[in-house]
Amino acid sequence: MELLEAIILSVLAASTPLLIAATGELVTERSGVLNLGVEGMMIVGAACGFGGALYTGSITIGAICGIFAGTLLALIFAVMTLGLAVNQVATGLALTILGIGLSGLIGAGFVGERITPAPHLRIPGLTDLPLMGRIVFGEDAFVYASLVLIVGIWWFLYKTRAGLILRACGDNHLSAHALGYPVLRIRLFAVMFGGACAGLAGAYLPLAYTPFFIPGMTAGRGWIALALVVFSSWRPGRLVVGAYLFGAVTILQLHAQGAGIGVPSQFMSALPYLATVIVLVLLSRARSGGSTAPAALGTVFVPDR
Amino acid sequence: MRTTFFATAVSALLLAGGITGGASAADKLKVGFIYVGPVADLGWTHQHDLARQAVVQEFGDKVETTYLESVPEGPDAERSIEQLVRAGNKLIFTTSFGYMDPTLKVAKKYPNVHFEHATGFKKDKNMAIYNGRFYEGRYIQGVIAGKMSKAGVLGYIGSFPIPEVIMGINATMLGAQTVNPNIKVKIIWANTWFDPGKEADAAKALIDQGADIIMQHTDSPAAMQVASERGKLAFGQDSEMIKFGPKTQLTSIIDNWAPYYISRVQAELDGTWKSEDSWGGLKAKTVVMAPYTNMPDDVKKLAEDTEAAIIAGKLLPFKCPVVDQDGKDVECKGGDHLDDGQVLGMNFYVKGIDDKVPGK
Repeated sequence: MELLEAIILSVLAASTPLLIAATGELVTERSGVLNLGVEGMMIVGAACGFGGALYTGSITIGAICGIFAGTLLALIFAVMTLGLAVNQVATGLALTILGIGLSGLIGAGFVGERITPAPHLRIPGLTDLPLMGRIVFGEDAFVYASLVLIVGIWWFLYKTRAGLILRACGDNHLSAHALGYPVLRIRLFAVMFGGACAGLAGAYLPLAYTPFFIPGMTAGRGWIALALVVFSSWRPGRLVVGAYLFGAVTILQLHAQGAGIGVPSQFMSALPYLATVIVLVLLSRARSGGSTAPAALGTVFVPDR
Repeated sequence: MRTTFFATAVSALLLAGGITGGASAADKLKVGFIYVGPVADLGWTHQHDLARQAVVQEFGDKVETTYLESVPEGPDAERSIEQLVRAGNKLIFTTSFGYMDPTLKVAKKYPNVHFEHATGFKKDKNMAIYNGRFYEGRYIQGVIAGKMSKAGVLGYIGSFPIPEVIMGINATMLGAQTVNPNIKVKIIWANTWFDPGKEADAAKALIDQGADIIMQHTDSPAAMQVASERGKLAFGQDSEMIKFGPKTQLTSIIDNWAPYYISRVQAELDGTWKSEDSWGGLKAKTVVMAPYTNMPDDVKKLAEDTEAAIIAGKLLPFKCPVVDQDGKDVECKGGDHLDDGQVLGMNFYVKGIDDKVPGK
C-alpha cells in the first residue's frame, strides 16, 4: 500500500508539467494556431523561474518569472505568425531553438545553485490519513493549480460565449471574421496564454520537481505536451486522462524495472508515443464521433481590409 | 558515449554558439575541442572544459583554445570538426563516442592535423583515442556501498545497456561482494544520459522499492538531490556533486582529463605527438575520487586502502575467476584478470545480480 501511494505521488508530480504545458497549447490550437515552440518556451520558463526564485527566495515570484518569460517568447511568435503571417510550423521550430539557446545564456550563472523546492501542503489530520492523505492533501501548489487550470479551461471553452468565439476562430476564421470578431486579437491572447502555461510548466521543473537548473533540463517534455494535445483530440477532459496516463507509463516502467519485471525498457519508453499514433489512427477512422483537429489549425489568416 | 537531448537540437545552434577564442597568432598552437553538451552541464562536458581551461593555464600564451559546444553526434559533427581544422587548429579533441566516424573521416582528409577521440575504438595515424577506467572507481564505490547499506539493497540508475555501463555495474557488485556477499542491486535503465526529471523519478522508484544507496550512470545531480531529500546515501557521477547532497554524497567519480590533455598538448608542442591508445585509471589520475564523506572512519579507511591497492596494481577489479550469472567462470584472457578487450565489450552480469541484461 505504501508503495502504491509512493507511485501515485510520483505519477502526479511527473504528469503536472505535461498537463500545464498541454493545457496552454490546447487553448492556442483551439484558436487555430499551431505553436511548436512549447519546448523552447518551457526551457526559458525554467531558467527564468529558477533565477527568480534564486534571487528573491520566493517560489511564487519564481513561478511568475517563468510565466512572464514564456509569455514574452510567445509574443515573439505572435508578432511573426499573426502580425507578419509567417509560416507557423517554421516559426514554432525556430522558437524552440531560440529558447534552448536563450535559456543556456540566461541560466549560465545559475548552474550549480540549488533552492528549497516548493513546499507541500500539510493539513494536520487530513494529510496523515492512510493511503489517500498525502495524495489528496499533500501536494505542492503546482499540482493543485494544474487541476484548477484545466477545469477552468474546460468551463471557458464549453460554457462561455468567449470560449465559443475562440473555438469558432479555430474552426473557421473567415466566418468568425465575417461575423465581426477580431480573429487576430483573439489568437494573440490564445498564443500568450499558451506561452504563459508553457513558462509555468517549465518553471515547475526547477522550482518543485528537481530544485536546480541545468541547460536542457526540460528534456523533450514540450514535445510530449504537443503530442498530448493531439492524443486528447483537443478536449480538456481527455487531456487530463492523457497527461496522467503518460506520467503513469513513465513511472510504472521505472518501477517495473526496479522490481525486475522483464519488460524491455526501450519499449516502455516509446509507449506514450505509440499510444499517440494509435489514437491518431483511431480518430481518423472514426470521424463521426469525437472532435478532431480545429479545422483552421496552422493556417495563416490575413484579414481583408 | 554520450547522446543528450542536445543531439537532437538542430545544428543551427552551432551557428548561434559560434566559435569562441581570441585573435590568432602564427606562433601559437591552436587546439580545438568539440563538446556534446553545454559547458554548463555539470557533468561530462563540464569536466572536459575544465581540462581545456587547465591546458590554457599550463601553457598560457603558447596555446590558443577553441571549443564548439552542444554539437550533435553523427554525420553533422563532421562539419563542425572541419570548421575547427579550417580555423587553423592543429590538435583537435572530439569528446564523445558518437564523434568517432566523423573524426576518422576528417582525420583522413587532413593528415597533417592531429585528432584525439574520447571513448571510441577506431584509431588512425593522426587520430589517437583515449578513455578512462571509470570501473576502478565503481569498484571502490561498491566496497563503500556494501559496508554502508543497511538494507543490503543498492539502487543503480543506468543510462543505456552498453558495455561502458555494464562494466560499471559489475565492478560495483564485485566490490560490494567483498564486504557483503549477499548484497543485492536493483537496476533501472533511464534510456537517456540526461533528463533530470526522469533520473529523479528513477531514484524515487529505487528508494520506494527498498534501496538505501543510490548510484547512477546518468549525468545530472537529480538522483543525488532525491536521495538527499529522502535521507538516503548516494554517489556522484562525472563531477563533484556534494553541493546537491552535503549529507548524502559518499564520494563521486570525477573525470579528470587535465593531465592527459596537458601531456598531449606538450607532445604536440615538442613535436613528439604520436597516435596512441590511452586508457588511464586511478593511477594516471584520469579517474579521481571525490573526498570520502558521510561514512565512519573504518569504511573511509577501507575505501582508501582499496584505492591505494588499485593504484599499486595489487587489486584488479576484474581479477579471475569472474563468475557470470549462470555460475560459469568467464574465460580469462588477460592471465590473472580479464583483458581490456573483454572489459570493453562486456555484455554479461556477474553472479549475484538478480536481473538480466536488456536485450539478452
